[in-house]
Amino acid sequence: MLKEHKNHKISGAEAVIRCLLEEDSNIAFGYPGGAIMPIYDEIYKFEKQFRHILGRHEQGAIHSAQGFARVTGRAGIVFATSGPGATNLVTGIADAQIDSTPLICITGQVSSHLLGSDAFQEIDIIGISTPITKWNCQVTKAADIPEVFAKAFYIANSGRPGPVLIDITKDAQFEKFDFSYKKCDKIRSYRHTPKIKEAKIKEAAAVINQAKKPFIVFGQGVILGNAEEEFKTFIEKTGIPAASTLMGLSALPTSHPLYVGRVGMHGNYAPNVLTNDCDVFIGIGMRFDDRVTGNLDSYAKQAKVIHLEIDPAEVDKNVKTDIAVLGNVKETLVKLTEQVTPSSYKEWLGEFDKLYQKELEVVIEPQIKPSKDTLTMAEVFDQINGQTNGDAVIVTDVGQNQMIAWRYADFVKTRSSVTSGGLGTMGFSLPAAIGAKIGVPEREVISIVGDGGFQMTLQELGVIMQHSIPVKVVVLNNEYLGMVRQWQELFFDKRYASTEMSNPDFIKIAEAYGIEAKRVTTREELSKAVKEMIASDKPYFLEVLTEKEGNVFPMVPTGASVSDIRLS
Amino acid sequence: METPQKFTISVYTENNIGLLNRLSAIFLKRHINIESLTASPSEIENIHRFTFVVIMQESKVKKIVGQLDKQIEVVRAFYHSEDEIIYKETALFKVSTEHLYNEEIQDKLKFRRANIINITKEYFVIDYTGSKEDIDILYDRLKPYGIMQFVRSGRIAISRSKMPISDYIKEI
Repeated sequence: MLKEHKNHKISGAEAVIRCLLEEDSNIAFGYPGGAIMPIYDEIYKFEKQFRHILGRHEQGAIHSAQGFARVTGRAGIVFATSGPGATNLVTGIADAQIDSTPLICITGQVSSHLLGSDAFQEIDIIGISTPITKWNCQVTKAADIPEVFAKAFYIANSGRPGPVLIDITKDAQFEKFDFSYKKCDKIRSYRHTPKIKEAKIKEAAAVINQAKKPFIVFGQGVILGNAEEEFKTFIEKTGIPAASTLMGLSALPTSHPLYVGRVGMHGNYAPNVLTNDCDVFIGIGMRFDDRVTGNLDSYAKQAKVIHLEIDPAEVDKNVKTDIAVLGNVKETLVKLTEQVTPSSYKEWLGEFDKLYQKELEVVIEPQIKPSKDTLTMAEVFDQINGQTNGDAVIVTDVGQNQMIAWRYADFVKTRSSVTSGGLGTMGFSLPAAIGAKIGVPEREVISIVGDGGFQMTLQELGVIMQHSIPVKVVVLNNEYLGMVRQWQELFFDKRYASTEMSNPDFIKIAEAYGIEAKRVTTREELSKAVKEMIASDKPYFLEVLTEKEGNVFPMVPTGASVSDIRLS
Repeated sequence: METPQKFTISVYTENNIGLLNRLSAIFLKRHINIESLTASPSEIENIHRFTFVVIMQESKVKKIVGQLDKQIEVVRAFYHSEDEIIYKETALFKVSTEHLYNEEIQDKLKFRRANIINITKEYFVIDYTGSKEDIDILYDRLKPYGIMQFVRSGRIAISRSKMPISDYIKEI
């Protein structure tokens, strides 16, 4: 393709598409508008080589690009026009930044001679997106496009991934120039992966080899580093129990004998309690978020803390580390595995099991097999697990639906749990699931969303309709903004300020988009409907009416220590 | 409790549009006031240098430098305490010419090694370089005579120890 177009002038707009194709990106999400029309004109011309998915709102389009990136590991591409098109991307960009998701956001901009004149749909998207992008750049000359795109892909994908934004003035899209493309593999001011210090590996191995009660918490770094196998080998050699953060889920099969559950605010009882009992704490590709640690003053104070991390700015940010092992975990884990002695911690694992039994009895069993007639959210996941054997990609929204999915969904494959972790963006699930399904069409993709979050981006059902994307959508409807209601119940004396929802007939909405839809209220219906949903090779909408005032437990209340986690 | 103190942060960067915005946003996000800011070329060709002065706890300044350092177009960022650097600020004072032959003023300027760099019928301009405190003192001394205009630059600073930046540039 390159050769064909040497010594042949093409427009900046055409160059944009050619740059994307050079980077093997042939799918994009977006929404057209005045300032990006030249690029859309090229999308039209490249129809056979380049697929564009029209969102129903730019926020929907960017969440789809995020979903695509999370399941494929490749940068998601999103187009938007200037002004409101660009500002509508902001939530998705911020979400991608905090969850380290690689994105290339391309916005149209008014012509360069109009910059700063408050022209129609002019907005300073570079200024607006600066604090929420890994890198951004405005292009006012077509000739700069190849280099900027090459840099953008390199930056978005390398080291700790993240979103980049390229803002292209309309005149630069029209301008003709000689196109040639060279991939970027170096930027002198950018060190994406720190050099591994052998001494640190040695030090960490020595501490691990001495440990009596070591404990691992792994985050998304294992997935981003494609280090799932290296991680598994490491824990299997050392025999150390491992718990996941919200973002780390699915890096290790949930059925693995050394997997001891989830840490954090609504995580499992044992790993939260035993965080404050272990003698060596090993954080792998995680960033000690406040939802993971609870009160820092009483977090793992008794333990030696080892932190395997790619981003030096994360070391000692929240938790003081004794040994920081910088580098990509794909490499550091291999080196560490070589230096640790094979071990097993039967008694220590027994402690996890003992506490798990308690959680099973007090929380899990009553949630999965409730004595009441009303359905719980946990039952839905029990059914989905049964029907999919944990093989589906579960894309959750934010709130109770997310926490219950995180707690109860089984996973056998990596990159199967997609959620808005750091930013907590309601409305994420449906569009992200659409992007995920486009990314891995061969896999079952299920959007899990509450009645609140669904109504934030339900317009994206139009994308499912237009492109016949066989996504399964499960709305867990408790007619409340459930998580906020739970907090109001626990911490605000049940003053349910603006959390009760009058909902429309969701079935009619889904059917209006031509999607097969079912509403269930009983256990028998649920099991039948989930079976039917999974068996279907078409888009499917399932609304489950769940108990109205159900709570997610266990819970580490804000400001409390992780070991003070409440079971009820 | 760690006490806040004055730190000078030196950031070596590429010279790109919008970078100042990116750097200052890092301070803004953490609600940190920038006491002084200077942007200039550095000893390395095509590499610019931002000098920030902040008053904060060392543990926090470390984290800020970590965030600055990880920006794509930042080559390296460093921080130094007051005793680790040699630093200066420059000030210009505009004073009415009626005071030009006032001996007190002449003495004060001589004592402080301040220079008169421009004289007109209406005013004369004093150029003075020193620490922030030195400039404050001269300001107080001149105030009774009426300062028509006053301006001071941000801090510029040089570290006593070697900045590892040159080695780093060689390495890449």
